[in-house]
Amino acid sequence: MANPKTLPGANGKRYLFGRLFIWTLLLAAAVLYLGPIYVVLSTSLKDLAEIRAGALLDLPHELNFTAWREAWSSACIGVRCEGLRPYFLNSVIMSVPSVAISTLIGALSGYALSLFRFRGANIIFALMLFGCFIPFQIVILPMAQTLGYLGIANSITGLIVVHTIYGISFTTLFFRNYYVSVPQELVRAATMDGAGFFRIFWHIMLPLSVPIIVVSVIWQFTQVWNEFLFGASFTSGGSQPVTVALNNLINSTTSVKQYNVDMAAALIAAAPTLVVYIIAGRFFVRGLTAGAVKG
Amino acid sequence: MSNPQQRKQQMSVLDRLQRYLPQLVVAPPFLLLVFFVYGFIAWTGFISLTNSRMLPTFDFQGIQQYVRLLAMDRWNVAFHNLLIFGSLYILFSITIGCVLAVLLDQRIRAEGALRTIYLYPMAISFIVTGTAWKWTLNPSLGIESYMQKLGWESFQFDWIVNRDMAIYVVVLAAVWQASGFVMALFLSALRTVDEDIIRAAHLDGASTTRIYFGIILPSLRPVFLSAFVILAHLSIKSFDLVVALTNGGPGYSSTLPANFMYEMAFRRNQIGLGAASAMMMLATVAAIIVPYLYSELRAKRHG
Amino acid sequence: MGSPRLSLVALAVLFGSITAQAATTAEVLHFWTSGGEARAALSLKQAFEARGGVWDDAPVAGGGGDAMAAVLRARALAQVPPSVAQIKGQNIQEWAEIGSLQGLNTIAQQQNWDELLPDLLKETVQYQGNYVAVPLNIHRVDWIWANPKVLDKVGVTPPQTWDEFNEVADKIKAAGIIPLAHGGQPWQDVTLFEVVLLGIGGADFYKKVYLDLDQDALRSKTMIKVFDQMRKLSTYVDPGAPGREWNLATAMVMRGEAAMQIMGDWAKAEFLTAGLKYGEDFICVSSPSKGGYIINSDSFAMFKVSDPEQKAGQQLMASMLLDEEVQKDFNLLKGSIPARLGVSLDGFDECAMKSSEDLLLNEARNTVVGSIAHELVQSGAVRGAFLDVVTEHFNTDMSSQEAVNQLAETVILAD
Repeated sequence: MANPKTLPGANGKRYLFGRLFIWTLLLAAAVLYLGPIYVVLSTSLKDLAEIRAGALLDLPHELNFTAWREAWSSACIGVRCEGLRPYFLNSVIMSVPSVAISTLIGALSGYALSLFRFRGANIIFALMLFGCFIPFQIVILPMAQTLGYLGIANSITGLIVVHTIYGISFTTLFFRNYYVSVPQELVRAATMDGAGFFRIFWHIMLPLSVPIIVVSVIWQFTQVWNEFLFGASFTSGGSQPVTVALNNLINSTTSVKQYNVDMAAALIAAAPTLVVYIIAGRFFVRGLTAGAVKG
Repeated sequence: MSNPQQRKQQMSVLDRLQRYLPQLVVAPPFLLLVFFVYGFIAWTGFISLTNSRMLPTFDFQGIQQYVRLLAMDRWNVAFHNLLIFGSLYILFSITIGCVLAVLLDQRIRAEGALRTIYLYPMAISFIVTGTAWKWTLNPSLGIESYMQKLGWESFQFDWIVNRDMAIYVVVLAAVWQASGFVMALFLSALRTVDEDIIRAAHLDGASTTRIYFGIILPSLRPVFLSAFVILAHLSIKSFDLVVALTNGGPGYSSTLPANFMYEMAFRRNQIGLGAASAMMMLATVAAIIVPYLYSELRAKRHG
Repeated sequence: MGSPRLSLVALAVLFGSITAQAATTAEVLHFWTSGGEARAALSLKQAFEARGGVWDDAPVAGGGGDAMAAVLRARALAQVPPSVAQIKGQNIQEWAEIGSLQGLNTIAQQQNWDELLPDLLKETVQYQGNYVAVPLNIHRVDWIWANPKVLDKVGVTPPQTWDEFNEVADKIKAAGIIPLAHGGQPWQDVTLFEVVLLGIGGADFYKKVYLDLDQDALRSKTMIKVFDQMRKLSTYVDPGAPGREWNLATAMVMRGEAAMQIMGDWAKAEFLTAGLKYGEDFICVSSPSKGGYIINSDSFAMFKVSDPEQKAGQQLMASMLLDEEVQKDFNLLKGSIPARLGVSLDGFDECAMKSSEDLLLNEARNTVVGSIAHELVQSGAVRGAFLDVVTEHFNTDMSSQEAVNQLAETVILAD
């Protein structure tokens, strides 16, 4: 713990001022961080007349969930008036398998790369790692064609494949850096006892890996759920993920712009990842401490 | 059924398989990435040298697309924006993230709650972030008119519709989103700093401020580097935030290279030019990432 | 029991499910997402369904079709294009050139499109003499939509020349009302630009600039005047304009926050959708010019697909679109006039009548010109060059001379 607590006996008044200063800064920052989400939430609960009155920061007069209902099930995108619901489900169908598969692959290859330092392991790792950093613009044209060849263009399956592949770089990084700190003796001893590659992975490594699995799942889920470029390019109509549908919804306006519906839709699209961060954010930070992003 | 010799042979095959299992396990994902990352980069690189318009074609044309690209004002604006956006985004995210982490490290009782508050924007997609900020900053019903209605008549915050300032709105929203994440990185690193050193420094009479600036922060150098690399590549990838926030406007004053590429390749029937701009983006990323990876892996080999 | 009736029912169910599966389907990729547009699209959908087809709707919102173009490109790259796409003008030519579009000559001959369609539309939907798309309507771009109550209040009448326009706008501004409702998106900026180009330069000059990309015309004094007027217009727009969708600008005129909007007659559909009346709540006047008619036309192109249901859907769609009833229903809602000749304009409003009259008049004079903002003429690259320069000029303090120079240079580069 790096908490250089002021020494006892130090000037009490100065200590108090220091605390006051720290708290003021922290709370001011908290207000700034919460500002936009407060504005969005309160707007989504107001009716249009109230919004037009221009009281952006005021609390809504009464809690009005009509906009939420509309955003979820009846707002129109083109001639389709089904709200965000079908696209939300698309995103669920898309993210669950791609998060699970890429995490599993990342765990296995991270394990192989860190605890079995075969020749070239570092180079292979570096080459795989570079995939984290490429701007996706560089792969988008050939990817569109490849999805066509594979017969999964314009489908959620296609997006699952894309997200799984480009997720591998990240998950491999997480697991590899986590396993690097596992003593090699552990593996050696298990090998002596006659345990094989997969046995060690399954019985020794996986139980050790909960923190990094949490990091990998949270990271991947956030990435996949929030992704826009691939969704906007590789799907249209009914197979779009929720981020793309949200952008369409906000941009497809009747002459009366329904700000409250837009804001409710934005919150609906953000809800799953927000919930994950609020509930499991603690583990995410803890997992980072365990070495995830050191490398 | 099987004589001992045969069994021995089988064993050795299994053994050998066992020995190469790590390679066999890494091979499929590795080959996938070779194809989907490096193969695709090569493909895009080749297309950038052709005259492709509606669909990729293979009539080779040399570096003409790059010549056109560099002569386009729109590209230059986009690249200039990237420099502004990238440097401010990295600078502010790291500064704010670092300060918040240090403040939170002072035995704050509500640390858990505050940390969640700072971190939550990271959970939100750029599309939602863009939507939220666009609404908050819109000049007719947003914060500007609110302040003016409160009586602060001269209050002005019209960045989002001001072509000279629009790119800074993108910076603002992006920093809002990423600084909490940087805070989390620093905080977890601060927790691993050896307390004995600090105690010793205290005994020597060093002040808290001096301990931070003299001992703790310098020891966090790797975290600064990681944060820098993460933020740098995120800034080059930035696409959706601009789409949702300003859609590149007013005019094209807030476009980034990622938006430029999309515009050319997908909307303007200029796939070759789009591919060339994508290669330029890749070169920018590589200029930052390759030295980083190289030094990291070298350090690991020594350590 | 094995009752024969039961197995008959079973057979019928089975057959029913087979026919239901083998339905004539058309996946329609379009960007009609505003209120008026969506209603018009719905009328096509209903007509299609009444003829036994299944309409698989794929709308892409935003940017006057720019976002849709992106989806179309990705689908074409993947070789799974939508069966029907709302593309037009030069895009039809470019897609046809690389062989992506389905020929429609058979249906065209059966329905005698050569007779039905006006010449200028024929040009846009034919590639090398073969039909590859179906026109849906004729939109006019050079309109001013105004709120008569606001004009009366300020005491002005719709302008006949651009000088008058500026006087009127100044008076409106002095009365504390936004003179020009506008959305600051590149295509809307260019819509203003081409209306001014026609108004100040005239139809021949317009063609020299837009079709021939003639360097002398591009660098002429007239071009400077055009950009000067654009600068004027930029001062009549409210600061909240950047990024605003066009129909929200229309709504400003409806509510009386703004006096006028320069926009094609799809804006009329917004007024009508809102239940407003011509004459009382809104009026249309052609924008100041010495004659001329900027045309825009929506059309459906059929991409080559292999799926037999989609193919059948394409045939059904292509044969339906120029039907008299379909044309009438669609265009009443869309704000345009029918693409085919010989549809009576009973039930259409004054603006549509005027559009139709002016079209015939200008056709006779050969002064009907295509829109760049709406992709009727010029390639994507050249259109892009116009978008870039015009938008940049409109949103900065760039001088007219500089804009003229930049335009002349980038247009060469793009061509």
